[in-house]
Amino acid sequence: MAMLSVKDLEVYYGSIHAIKGISFEVNEGEIVTLIGANGAGKTTTLHAISGLVKVKSGSVDFCGNNLRTTEPHKIIRLGLAQVPEGRRVFAKMTVQENLEMGACIRKDKAAVEADYKAVFERLPRLKERRKQIAGTLSGGEQQMLAIGRALMGNPKMLLLDEPSMGLSPLLVNEIFNIIQDVNKSGVTVLLVEQNAKKALEIANRAYVLETGGISMSGDAKTLSQDEQVRKAYLGG
Amino acid sequence: MKTKKWIPNVIILVLVLALYVVLSVLISANIINPYYSGILTMVCINVILAVSLNLATGFLGQLVLGHAGFMSVGAYAASLFTMYSGLPQIISFPIALLVGGLVAVVFGVIIGVPALRLKGDYLAILTLGFGEIIRVLILAVPFTGGAAGLSGIPLLTTFTYVFILAILTVGIIFAFIHSRHGRAVIAIREDEIAAEAAGINTTYYKLLAFVMAAFFAGVAGGLYAHHIGVLDPGKFNFNYSVEILIMVVLGGMGSITGSVIAAVVLTLLPEALRGFSEYRMLIYSIILICVMLFKPSGLLGQYEFSIARIFKRLTHKKADAEKEA
Repeated sequence: MAMLSVKDLEVYYGSIHAIKGISFEVNEGEIVTLIGANGAGKTTTLHAISGLVKVKSGSVDFCGNNLRTTEPHKIIRLGLAQVPEGRRVFAKMTVQENLEMGACIRKDKAAVEADYKAVFERLPRLKERRKQIAGTLSGGEQQMLAIGRALMGNPKMLLLDEPSMGLSPLLVNEIFNIIQDVNKSGVTVLLVEQNAKKALEIANRAYVLETGGISMSGDAKTLSQDEQVRKAYLGG
Repeated sequence: MKTKKWIPNVIILVLVLALYVVLSVLISANIINPYYSGILTMVCINVILAVSLNLATGFLGQLVLGHAGFMSVGAYAASLFTMYSGLPQIISFPIALLVGGLVAVVFGVIIGVPALRLKGDYLAILTLGFGEIIRVLILAVPFTGGAAGLSGIPLLTTFTYVFILAILTVGIIFAFIHSRHGRAVIAIREDEIAAEAAGINTTYYKLLAFVMAAFFAGVAGGLYAHHIGVLDPGKFNFNYSVEILIMVVLGGMGSITGSVIAAVVLTLLPEALRGFSEYRMLIYSIILICVMLFKPSGLLGQYEFSIARIFKRLTHKKADAEKEA
């Protein structure tokens, strides 16, 4: 059974029909990516999953829990962590405090301590800058911190919204390596990206969003060979 | 190092106790005459008001424009309680202060629940309206004495009472801000969506911080009522709310130390300038404008006074000196 399944999702912004009945699934252990152009509805779909926008109809199910009736702050307790668009680190707190906020729902101190170590091991750059104020980090480091903060909630699944946004190609590669790494350690990943090329490289499966509907879906490798996808998203 | 963690706390406790002993000896020896001890009482009341408003406005980041309104409901509730409860005054006064605080909490919840579930500055508008409505309501209902004011309130506020309560307020809010819960409140100020994604119940924490601020304003109101002895609804107008807000902004939003200093200075300043009679408000405003021009984040910004830090610096210096020797 799928870990996350979205069925016939419809979202309106006032009279604008933003998401027109999309359905997709993410299975345990996979990296699944939603790709599409600006305004296709990628972020809206993620917001619908995390309860930040009102859903008109359809269902969002995570490990047997109906996310439509779950309050946003309780979603992380179910094991679904988000790395929001634009990183959104707590700019005036230190790196360490940012990570603590990620673990604020957990009471098992020993396990949290172990996760600090794991996060610092995976993201050694954060360890060097543990006492630094997050707002003074570079864009790439802030993205790492946002991922680290999400991992501190000990999630089963990670939602990433445009992790490559505003980063240099070199850093994009580094971030994508981290995402792959996290996935290998057993965390399922749903990745929303404009950088379709990179996203298709690391994903198992992909869905292509176009003006609020899914136009194509399938194996990431097959999609990246597809003529239409190449023309529209991969620059020919 | 860890075993020495309690030392700064003890130093603070000793300093606070020393300050209390010195001031109360001076008062009982009549070196500080009743006029000045009255000003001291107002200083302590304003410290409570400024520090509690800082919790809502500085740390939570929600603009509150009706702090005097919470103070007034607390003042009236506490006064009516001591006047009509029939309990001996020594018991009824502390209960009355608690009642004042709790009534303010009730109003805080009524305003906070609808306003704080939304993201944005709705609380500013609602509290602004609340401050005015409560003033008009106090004029209209029979048991508050209306426009003539409520008189005959027993004068129970002593220096010991206000001093202890001011210290308690600062201590409780300081401890709250430095706890897990306080960190959650600051996270909401920094980024509400990220805080929610991290699993913080934003509505709960916003309401908690706001209602705590209202509670202490209510207690301050009770102290004020039993200090002056007469309540005039006109006193708790929009200007007074803004006066408290000025203390918070001037001291630095997000600095408890700043609020304390600003409350002390801004209460003493108009009194010290009395010699200049009609020019005193002019000088007062010029000082405020100068601070905002040259230090827009407030006198202290987000800096906190910390004995622990001074202590660390001293011991480090000693260690360095020993190393060199």
